[in-house]
Amino acid sequence: MQIPVEGFMYPNEVELQWSILIVLYPFITGLVAGAFILASLERVFRVQAVKPTYRLALLTALAFLLVAPLPLQLHLGHPERSLEMYLTPHRSSAMAMFGFVYLWYLMGVLLLEIWLDYRREIVEFSQTASGWKRRIYRVLTLGSYNVSECSLRIDEKLGYFITLIGIPSAFLLHGYVGFIFGSIKANPWWSSPLMPIVFVFSAMVSGISAVLLLYMLSTRLRGQRIDMRCLDTIARYLLYAFIIDFSLEMLDLLQRVYEADESFRSLDFMVHTRLWTSQVIIQILLGTVTPIALLGLTQLLKFTDITRKRVYGLAGCLTMIGIFAMRWNVVIGGQLFSKSFLGYTTYKMAFATREGLLTAIALLILPFIILWVLVKLLPPWPESASLPGSGVAPAHGTS
Amino acid sequence: MFKDIEHLIRLAVVIAVAVVAFVILRAAVVPLSFGQYGHYRGAAIGEIASRPVAFAGHDTCETCHTDVVNQKKLGKHIVVACESCHGAQAMHADDPGSVQPRKLDTAVLCARCHETNSAKPKGFPQVATADHSAGLACDTCHQPHRPKIETAKSETEGKK
Amino acid sequence: MDITRRRLLVLLPAAVAAWKYVLAGTPEASPNYKLTEHWWGMLIDIPKCIGCGSCVRACAEENDVPEGYYRTWIERYHVADWRIERPEVESPDGGKQGFPPHVDDGGKNFFVPKLCNHCAESPCTQVCPVGATFATPDGVVLVDKSYCLGCRYCVQACPYGCRFINPKSNTAEKCSLCYHRITKGLTTACCEVCPTGARQLADLKNPKDPIHEFLRTHTVQVLKPHMATGAKVFYNGMDGSVR
Repeated sequence: MQIPVEGFMYPNEVELQWSILIVLYPFITGLVAGAFILASLERVFRVQAVKPTYRLALLTALAFLLVAPLPLQLHLGHPERSLEMYLTPHRSSAMAMFGFVYLWYLMGVLLLEIWLDYRREIVEFSQTASGWKRRIYRVLTLGSYNVSECSLRIDEKLGYFITLIGIPSAFLLHGYVGFIFGSIKANPWWSSPLMPIVFVFSAMVSGISAVLLLYMLSTRLRGQRIDMRCLDTIARYLLYAFIIDFSLEMLDLLQRVYEADESFRSLDFMVHTRLWTSQVIIQILLGTVTPIALLGLTQLLKFTDITRKRVYGLAGCLTMIGIFAMRWNVVIGGQLFSKSFLGYTTYKMAFATREGLLTAIALLILPFIILWVLVKLLPPWPESASLPGSGVAPAHGTS
Repeated sequence: MFKDIEHLIRLAVVIAVAVVAFVILRAAVVPLSFGQYGHYRGAAIGEIASRPVAFAGHDTCETCHTDVVNQKKLGKHIVVACESCHGAQAMHADDPGSVQPRKLDTAVLCARCHETNSAKPKGFPQVATADHSAGLACDTCHQPHRPKIETAKSETEGKK
Repeated sequence: MDITRRRLLVLLPAAVAAWKYVLAGTPEASPNYKLTEHWWGMLIDIPKCIGCGSCVRACAEENDVPEGYYRTWIERYHVADWRIERPEVESPDGGKQGFPPHVDDGGKNFFVPKLCNHCAESPCTQVCPVGATFATPDGVVLVDKSYCLGCRYCVQACPYGCRFINPKSNTAEKCSLCYHRITKGLTTACCEVCPTGARQLADLKNPKDPIHEFLRTHTVQVLKPHMATGAKVFYNGMDGSVR
């Protein structure tokens, strides 16, 4: 496959190393971090309005976190050796240390929090469910069927503590991905101390947006009424996160344009040509400025419920596209120009191969399938949780 | 009281078992020489160093081909290693009888160094081969081991 | 094709030779070679390079480098007048077959051979997640083919573009400074065949090494010094336009 090159590139640079799968990966972990932060808004910061989405946000985070390692595995030259990252991690490598951050977040934060929050239901379902589901619940109980008020209070306290640690852990999870790029001094498009912070805030934007859309969609599918107070609050937090994210990205851009260092001319040309559509049109105009304007309008003007729902839906969709475009522009953009600053190459995305578009699409669909299974096993809906006549206070995640 | 944290104790046991399993796995799977010199498999150094060589090195060629060496000593190509032109000959050096170096095409070979190019150092001998030899192979007139054309005698000494 | 046959002539006996080593037990470096007595580097003398491509061809043959990938390569620079920040550079097939004829058009023209700089503080070894690429005690940066995951982080981290992924082994690869040769008292394949002595191996721990002496007495540079990689490939007579 002949790759068109413009100008001069070092001979080994012509072929891109990191494909669309590596674009997917920060997108997915970003959704995880963002969804979790939304959940923690209620648990730690006591924002009661978003309670209806608490459990849904946690399950969404889990579904995406389980899929997150898959694009990495598919991209490796030797996936069968990936265990080496846990057996002999190189402590100076951000990628190796990230393996542990991921493990910590999955096991120590997310799974534990979900388990503690759902334990009462798990114990109950282990006794009332049938078939393969019953077996799963029984395993999840770890053999303990004690759901006394005292034990549930202990769960509640521990859960609060875990969420508290979970917030910096979520920042660490995705900030680390930003650091993996930001610490590469060889690449001026990536190398920046702002990179982890930009990644964290764009993660929050995409995660909050994802939960907003999922909440609207799932409530509609179940034929229930959307809690507008909840939705409005989520949208407000989305706007706040967006403003910070946009400011950070503009700050980075302004600084680059003003300082105009050695790499600037080459990067500027790249943005004006190869990245024009994905960066300026899709990421900035459609994916950032438009949603901010839409969300801002809902704060300034009084719209009806229906209009607000439509605006939120549109803003949410544009946001998801915009944040994906941002990941694309960082990962692919960083490989399109030569480190000699004298040339550019092209990304020839394959379709049906291990690292092709088809695989990427499948990996984007998979979390929703997993979420569907999780929702069936551990229903997050506010109205389905309270047990009639159980005499026990409903578990935390329900209203 | 203990009953109320029973589930947490069970969880702690599960985690402890997993950690122990990991430690055992690590002891079993990590290569023995890992960490010998640094954070890498120490045995890799020996493995890489023991790759077979393809180029014998001009010292090896000179042990047998002293006649060529003496010719080269008289000309500018004294600095050019044998395998620069003849390619990798370690196999030939190991078994001179059975492995023969292949015949070289001077029209292509010599031009690589001596074709005119503005980026070559000004003092380096360069010619535009199209004008210089009109397509004839270089060894028609030049003897590669002693390239300067001096007398009719030195031309007939030429070896293909 | 002639090249395929020649390759086979080298590869088959090489495989037999390698098998002999395997049969002999754990491979060891030459018994007389002490890791701590050497600190390897290289000198590239720009005014001597004629861009013949012998080094690129020799390296490919010595190290089984696949087509389209380069452990070493040559760049041809053209610098018009005073604009040294905007040179015109080309490297057709890495300079493997030399360069097409080119008539003087004014301005500066010269060749720059490039390879792995075997950095003393290499960013590639810093980022490797598992320790598959490393610096030996004698200063050579190597790749452990049987341990590499193929994650490509090292390829991204190298400022010089000298690393690639070998499509046959799916592992990272780059110039190994012909470690299998220098530990046996030979020089690297590229230095061996360079007809003008533009490339010379240097042992920076050996005070009697003439190249080491050269470095102490001449004006030399490294590529991208602002990256602070501790590069050990030194360039004599290198123009400021070289990227």
